[in-house]
Amino acid sequence: MTAGSCAETLRRRGVPLIDGIEKVTGRANYTADLEHQDALVGRILRSPVSHGEIIRLDVSRARALDGVVAVITGDDCPYTFGVLPIAMNEYPLARGRVRYRGEPVAAVAAVDKATAERALDLIELELKALPAYYTSDAAAAAGATLLHNNKPGNIEREVHHEFGDLAQGFAKSDLVREKSFSCAEINHAQIEPHASLAEFDSSNGRLVVQTVSQVGYYLHLMLARCLDMDSSRIRVIKPFIGGGFGARVEVLNFEIITALLARACAGKVMMQLTREETFITHRARPQTDIWLKLGMKSDGRMLACECKVVQRGGAYAGYGIVTILYAGALLQGLYDIPAVKYDGYRIYANLPPCGAMRGHGSVDVRHAFECLVDRMARELGLDPFAVRRANLLRAPTRTLNDLMVNSYGLAECLDKVETASGWRERIGRMPRGKGLGMACSHYVSGAAKPIHFTGEPHAVVYLKLDFDGGVTALTGAADIGQGSSTMVAIAVAETMDISLDRIRVVAGDTAVTPKDNGAYSSRITFMVGNAAIDAAKRLKAILIAAAARKLEARAEDVECIAETFRVGTGSQSALPFSEVVAAALVDEGAITVKGSFTCPPEAQGGKHRGGAVGSTMGFSYAAQVVEVTVAEDTGLISVDKVWVALDCGHAINPLAVEGQIQGSVWMGMGQALSEETRYLEGLPAHASLLEYRMPTILDSPPIETYIVESNDPNGPFGAKEASEGALAGFPPALVNAVANAIGIDFQELPVTADRIVEALNQRRRQTRLTGVLKAAS
Amino acid sequence: MLATDPQPRKRLLKLRLNGRWREDAVHENELLVDYLRDVARLTGTKTGCDGGECGACTVLVDGEAIPSCITLAARCEGRHVETIESLSSQGRLNRLQRAFHEKLGAQCGFCTPGMIMSAEALLRRNPDPTEKDIRTALSGNLCRCTGYVKIIESVKAAAGAI
Repeated sequence: MTAGSCAETLRRRGVPLIDGIEKVTGRANYTADLEHQDALVGRILRSPVSHGEIIRLDVSRARALDGVVAVITGDDCPYTFGVLPIAMNEYPLARGRVRYRGEPVAAVAAVDKATAERALDLIELELKALPAYYTSDAAAAAGATLLHNNKPGNIEREVHHEFGDLAQGFAKSDLVREKSFSCAEINHAQIEPHASLAEFDSSNGRLVVQTVSQVGYYLHLMLARCLDMDSSRIRVIKPFIGGGFGARVEVLNFEIITALLARACAGKVMMQLTREETFITHRARPQTDIWLKLGMKSDGRMLACECKVVQRGGAYAGYGIVTILYAGALLQGLYDIPAVKYDGYRIYANLPPCGAMRGHGSVDVRHAFECLVDRMARELGLDPFAVRRANLLRAPTRTLNDLMVNSYGLAECLDKVETASGWRERIGRMPRGKGLGMACSHYVSGAAKPIHFTGEPHAVVYLKLDFDGGVTALTGAADIGQGSSTMVAIAVAETMDISLDRIRVVAGDTAVTPKDNGAYSSRITFMVGNAAIDAAKRLKAILIAAAARKLEARAEDVECIAETFRVGTGSQSALPFSEVVAAALVDEGAITVKGSFTCPPEAQGGKHRGGAVGSTMGFSYAAQVVEVTVAEDTGLISVDKVWVALDCGHAINPLAVEGQIQGSVWMGMGQALSEETRYLEGLPAHASLLEYRMPTILDSPPIETYIVESNDPNGPFGAKEASEGALAGFPPALVNAVANAIGIDFQELPVTADRIVEALNQRRRQTRLTGVLKAAS
Repeated sequence: MLATDPQPRKRLLKLRLNGRWREDAVHENELLVDYLRDVARLTGTKTGCDGGECGACTVLVDGEAIPSCITLAARCEGRHVETIESLSSQGRLNRLQRAFHEKLGAQCGFCTPGMIMSAEALLRRNPDPTEKDIRTALSGNLCRCTGYVKIIESVKAAAGAI
């Protein structure tokens, strides 16, 4: 590639988001901003109890209220929805039984908000309370009432995996330690509250839904299922989306309810959930108990890992099975451990259903792992970096559970943050109350075996080139703020060496764009990026052939640099882009090409049960160092600085990669320090953005990012994911830093000021007691 | 059939919105954010919470950044309300908008209008803010995407661009 080409410019600088201007000017239309003056207002009646049988549900008074157009209940939808075909156990509106406080029971569409809310008050709901369970232990206890009759012990799924010789691993270890950890349930808390706008046209039986979904095609399928409609009559359009982080990966009950209401009204219904309802819709990271046992040689080499995980999954299946499988699968893929045993339990409880959240399944287990590794290193007198370096994988390789590792930049990540943070000079020499901690983490670049396996390619992208010389990329991939549409545009521009301004991206409209598995498990860059490159190569070949005809040259002698086609370096025979496009359209008309990407079978995981989860074309790798100050009088932790390095294979858009690294590290910080969704007998105690305490700008440290490029052999331009991998390292790096600062190891997340003060008090009491005993003896 | 409650009384509201005087009949209990979004049809101002939690609805009233979701429209009688839509004119981005765009101060973009309006109020009263000033001024605006790093860089860049 010659200097001055379009591609070169892109690579060097990175680019702002192609939809960024709309966002900074307020012109970007999110779901709530869509034209809906003529729409009815939807509202949902929710269960006031955590567990109960519906004895009577009378909506006649609500229906009779002037201005009410439709009232629907569970009777209006006898179909379940969910994620895995084997675990769709949730109705959009409860039928017969409610299983958590806030579960939708009935819904109203009315001419305005006040009328809709008044109608909810007129619905008569009589429930017979059933025993409710708010912890995994209580739900799984002998004799507990079952939430779902086919799930004894309220266990949604048990996973038991064992690879390698565990007994031998522990026997040969010089140090074996075990520890229990507990991580609080947290929420995505994307700033845009949930909303959905549905329009049903009874004249032709068509339904159009505009909504916050990260996976439009799957909502499309679930709408067809729950409304018992021919799927060709449905269209799902993605407007701008105000953050996802996994909250909108699952089809959400209110999206189906809004469509049901629209059909019942034969009209248009706007449903805007409150922040409290958005919290209750949930689908985030479950409360998790981890018991972990590690065996280590005196040089830090790990020989065996045994882990038991219990996740409190909430009332319905959702993504639960996948989450509990991820928790075990991603014990591997980061380090070389010769024996790994995993026992996972996903438990039903009478709380809002959990689901996928950034770092899906891996974060809490990685937290426990990186904390225990650090403590064992301390016991062995080893440096935390040295211990990690003693356990590096060598790519290419396959893990014990058959995950493919083709590129591995962890060693370089470790070097970068060790140097940048001044670790060697500073560790052990920090003043009182200040500490440094580090940890590593990784994440998949998309599931190599999609959840709904159909035999289709993993991604398809269309490119359209027409008379105007504009290239339109059509993709079903949902840009939710992570910059995936910009990534697609760059992939096309770089491959064709054309200006980014020439490219438009149309994304997320099931009537227009090819099906895409959506924005989950960080799959878009790897899969959609590869599909976009494939399409761009095909389009480029057509243009080269057209240029060759005009230049009376052989196609293999023609090249396109910065939108100019020429033979060799001779400039007198150069053709501008517009001329070549015109030539290519002769006899053909508008050109459409299709690019696709498919993960080969060897990437799709092991043959063991659940072996597909965790399988991926490539893992991102991250290492980070966190510096903290702990105020011993107040217990307040201030995070002074973070140094983080991420191996994303190759940064297609360095600016966006930096933003993703910073955002993911920061989200890990929220989980580590303050975030928690507690419930009081099933009632959310923190369902507002004041009480759900995410860090503000005042609490947020400088985050210095380093991009490591290991050039994955299969990645688009060598790229892998960049949005999730760094998250899981923050909580353990913080806990390790706190231990370094005040000498106390914490087993629970979040590490709140209360917990710090309590631990310090306990240590003071202990010290006093020891002193008294000493004096007495 | 139940009688519906009478609608709250309406009153006349005259205010200057993004430089232009206008007069509307609004409900006495109408929130400023609803007036802006539903009556004036300026949807750049967002609602992210159930009231005063997140700052996404921040607008300027007589130059001061306020959360429009806990402000009655009627309180703005005779005052100048400025929203994100006022900052760019004829396609020319204001310095903060340009900086947020170029420095990736906006990812999903939902908090961005409120964030920019808070920053605009800051730069008008303090053209050369320290990082601490920036953090203080934006402490009522939540962002879930960026970790705030690039937001701070954006405001600094905009301040430097004067």
